[in-house]
Amino acid sequence: MRKNYNLEKRKYIIGGFIILIGLIYLVRLFDLQINDEQYKQSADSNAFLKKTIYPSRGLIYDRNGELVVFNQPAYDVMLIPRDVHPFDTLDFCQTINISREQFDKRMADMKDRRLNPGYSSYTPQRFIAQLSVEDYGRLQEKLYRFPGFFIQKRILRQYKTPTAANVLGNIREVNKKDIERDNYYAAGDYTGDLGVEKSYEEHLRGVKGVEILMRDARGRIQGRYEDGAQDVEPISGRDLRLSLDIKLQQYAESLMVGKRGAVVAIEPSTGEVLCMVSMPNYDPTLLVGRQRGENYRKLVNDQSWPLYDRSIQASYPPGSTFKPSQGLIFLEEGIIDTKTTFPCTGGYVSGGLRVGCHPHGSPLPLIPALATSCNAYFCWGFKSMVDRRSKYGTSAKAFEVWKNHLVSMGYGYKTGIDLPGESRGFIPNAKYYDKFYKEGRWSANTIISVAIGQGEILATPLQIANLGATIANRGFFVTPHVVKEIQDTVIDSKLLERRYPSIEAKYYTPIAEGMRAAVTGGTCRGAAIPGIEVCGKTGTAQNPHGNHHAVFMGFAPYDNPKIAIAVFVECGGYGATYGVPIGSLVMEKYLTGTISPGRKATEELMLNSKVYYAPPKKK
Amino acid sequence: MPLPRRNDPSLTFRHLDWPTIIIYLIMVFAGMVSIYAACYNFDNASMFAISEFSGKQLRWIGLSLILGLIILLIDARMYETYAFPVYIGLMILLAITPFLAEDTKGSYSWIKFGSSMSLQPAEFAKFATALALAKLLSGYHFNLNASYVNYLKAITLILVPVVLILLQNETGSALTFLALFFVLYREGMSGLVLFAAFFAVVIFVVGIKFTETMILGMPSGEFYVMLMIMVVMTGMTVVYSRRLEVGRNLLLWFLGVGLVEYILSLCGIEIPGLAVNLGAIAIACVYIVFEAITLRRPKLYVSALTAVLSLVFMFSIGAAFNHLQPHQKLRIEVALGIVEDLRDAGYNVNQSKIAIGSGGFFGKGFLNGTQTKLKYVPEQHTDFIFCTIGEEEGFVGAMIVTLLFLGLILRVIKIGERQPSTFGRVYAYCVASYFIFHFCINIGMVIGLCPVIGIPLPFFSYGGSSLWGFTILLFILLKIDASRKTS
Repeated sequence: MRKNYNLEKRKYIIGGFIILIGLIYLVRLFDLQINDEQYKQSADSNAFLKKTIYPSRGLIYDRNGELVVFNQPAYDVMLIPRDVHPFDTLDFCQTINISREQFDKRMADMKDRRLNPGYSSYTPQRFIAQLSVEDYGRLQEKLYRFPGFFIQKRILRQYKTPTAANVLGNIREVNKKDIERDNYYAAGDYTGDLGVEKSYEEHLRGVKGVEILMRDARGRIQGRYEDGAQDVEPISGRDLRLSLDIKLQQYAESLMVGKRGAVVAIEPSTGEVLCMVSMPNYDPTLLVGRQRGENYRKLVNDQSWPLYDRSIQASYPPGSTFKPSQGLIFLEEGIIDTKTTFPCTGGYVSGGLRVGCHPHGSPLPLIPALATSCNAYFCWGFKSMVDRRSKYGTSAKAFEVWKNHLVSMGYGYKTGIDLPGESRGFIPNAKYYDKFYKEGRWSANTIISVAIGQGEILATPLQIANLGATIANRGFFVTPHVVKEIQDTVIDSKLLERRYPSIEAKYYTPIAEGMRAAVTGGTCRGAAIPGIEVCGKTGTAQNPHGNHHAVFMGFAPYDNPKIAIAVFVECGGYGATYGVPIGSLVMEKYLTGTISPGRKATEELMLNSKVYYAPPKKK
Repeated sequence: MPLPRRNDPSLTFRHLDWPTIIIYLIMVFAGMVSIYAACYNFDNASMFAISEFSGKQLRWIGLSLILGLIILLIDARMYETYAFPVYIGLMILLAITPFLAEDTKGSYSWIKFGSSMSLQPAEFAKFATALALAKLLSGYHFNLNASYVNYLKAITLILVPVVLILLQNETGSALTFLALFFVLYREGMSGLVLFAAFFAVVIFVVGIKFTETMILGMPSGEFYVMLMIMVVMTGMTVVYSRRLEVGRNLLLWFLGVGLVEYILSLCGIEIPGLAVNLGAIAIACVYIVFEAITLRRPKLYVSALTAVLSLVFMFSIGAAFNHLQPHQKLRIEVALGIVEDLRDAGYNVNQSKIAIGSGGFFGKGFLNGTQTKLKYVPEQHTDFIFCTIGEEEGFVGAMIVTLLFLGLILRVIKIGERQPSTFGRVYAYCVASYFIFHFCINIGMVIGLCPVIGIPLPFFSYGGSSLWGFTILLFILLKIDASRKTS
């Protein structure tokens, strides 16, 4: 048969057609497999069920190695909405002890993106949090009847003693902000709230692990991906060793029962906080488990503010405990020497102004002035410094020098303690008074109350304890901190450095002597502990809201001090009434481990006495 | 020199087209390995265990090779001689299949033999129809274009199995036979028919896909179709009139109308776009008829006729589309991307795209695919076998398979063109056409470019009928080719 060459050309058209199709397919394959990442992600979320394995949270020990906070398991009921098939709802509700209404509400809440922004029908969602062990046991047996549901083990905290809630803090469920801030968190995770649980969260929480399971198109688990080769083991959180002595903490808390205020004790040489009491306190176990929300609300609404950590958040006028820092400044500035005397005519009288004082000998040099807590001495000292134009030019300039010394001692700014929420206290600067009284229109007498730790001056109990530690160290302090050691790592070096205020070390000796004299023969006699050279300073801070705050600041022993302390008892009256006994009992307990028989009566009194606080006035 | 025996096996093997054989062997064994991977169920049964699909496929492959050998040993002229009886026999079998077959997912195309084996006669109708068509077209003095009766005969040969298989509810397999129109084209059918078919598909797709937005007061799909009609008209007019100026006039006319429409719409004046465009095309048609008469080129009428028929077709699509069954409509809409339904109709395609897309360049490695193994992809060892290759062997694997098919098809065309007999050539083109159709549709649906039509990927997909059907198809060609010098 004759070949038709015209038609034979058509082989090129047919061949060209198939080559064209082949090219189109190759381009498409290239696009799907290499260009577009989307399919790879879809494939992963399709086929892999990533199960989070929660690490055990770091444990918390006290300075003596005693366990304070540990973990307990809790069981959350989780579900993947897409995998849930119709099941016996009634049976389910009975198993975990909820009503049908609660069940429906939980389901609706879970799917409400306003309440649960991370909702997706493809990812695990929490249905019920923290099942009781009995409910957990029952549900575990029947779980196969409820496809799509599974149980997620979680870690909750438990406390050996209901102590130091303000320092320890607690854990709470993460909120939307936490998740946005830190991508470690997923909805339903827990994070530290308040205390060291918050400030050491990153050490305590550890690293979450992942178990990668393969799931088929019907959501059935088909086994572990690559036999677990890609799984990530969780890494347990690091244990913390607190500097707190939990026994001392308990003792101090017991002494403070019935009173409001704070006790802060520091080991002067290291800056380690030995106890840190804020009263009223609360039982940290209240904030664990399913009742947390309700208990938390109760604590927030409590008129006595138990959640408010008075030891670091409350700013009180320090009263006479402020005087040692005054003495230091006057000595440093050469306003006085240890022999300089000021008269006290029943108080400080100058330019029609009078600051009262209690009866004692006059005139006095520095040491007896500290011992007797002479208001006039420190007012005169303050006046001679602030009004010394020959040296400073103006009162404002003199005042700035005065203020800067105080700041170097740790006043007016956060000390940098490793706890969240610390308050700054308050030390005014010259501008503050310029604004208040007009520039150049004020002098020492205008603001004389700051000389005795009243007026605008505010300090936290921690700052006053730190002052005690600085004097005990004769010229330096270490940033107070509550964590002594972190497992497998070191604490922040800033918490170990010595900080030197702008006062020469030699000037601390007369101040310490004055505080010693206050105990041996001054206002602080009640602080004396047999066999220990205690130094102390009382304070009676005037308080516009009621009775004076009782304040005590001290350290012991005189040489090589082991403990410095500050006590604030709100509306406790004279410093000697509550401040001194509580402070000295805590010091004695820490130093000797017991209370000497002669002081048992004082201890008994402190344990049982209560301060009456008027209910807050309705505004 | 003694004349060689007509059917000497040694000669057959000497003249055998080994490249095709090699491609064939690579494909069937790669297919078996892919089937093993697709059904690998984490419990490490052997690839060759008869309980596995791969083991079963190996049995089918073994039987295929025996079948191929038998085919090679039969005298090539037997195929030509018995072409019609074989065809008639298979058509009868197809006709009675629905009565013998059990319901398999709604189709009645499988005949059971014993407990474990079943065959699909539709797969064997392929080679029978190819033989019959080759026989018809190679008839003495048979010329397709000599008479419409000849076309009628050829088209009837093709449509009989199509109808019979449609009756078994196997739409995919039935459509396969339409690929034989490529053969008719090679043998002299006007390219216009293929072009018309292609243009019809384009109009259909564009007309249905773009119904949401409006341009000049009509659905944008219709607007685009009209634009295409204008372009096609102009092109055809140039080709058929062999005068560039006629085409130029048409082009200027359409551009002028378009420009006026564009300027008016920019000025915010509403114009009845449909009427204007129809008018423009109508005037162009009148002009073409005028030129056809003055230039005495009656072929020019085709140009005008194409425009008119295209418009009629476009307007009837809507009505026709609405007459399709809902699931067919949905499949078409999903394939065209009108409906995004990832759960039902689109699920298969989406999952197969995910599986392939997650493969990357080198793939996840043999047996490491997650999508296919975890049964996200449906029919993973049969129609969607290409997914497993794409996921586990990546772009490289998918490209190799694509190139293997291109190689096979081009090789078959080459074999066809070197046949001294029309019978051999037509048969070869039939084989090529089937492969073209299966390759285009199967891989096209897996990568989301074609609607899902359930047909297997030759030599790769699991299944004895398909493997045997294609093996017979290919080995008859090889036998005819090997004996071309002796006949």
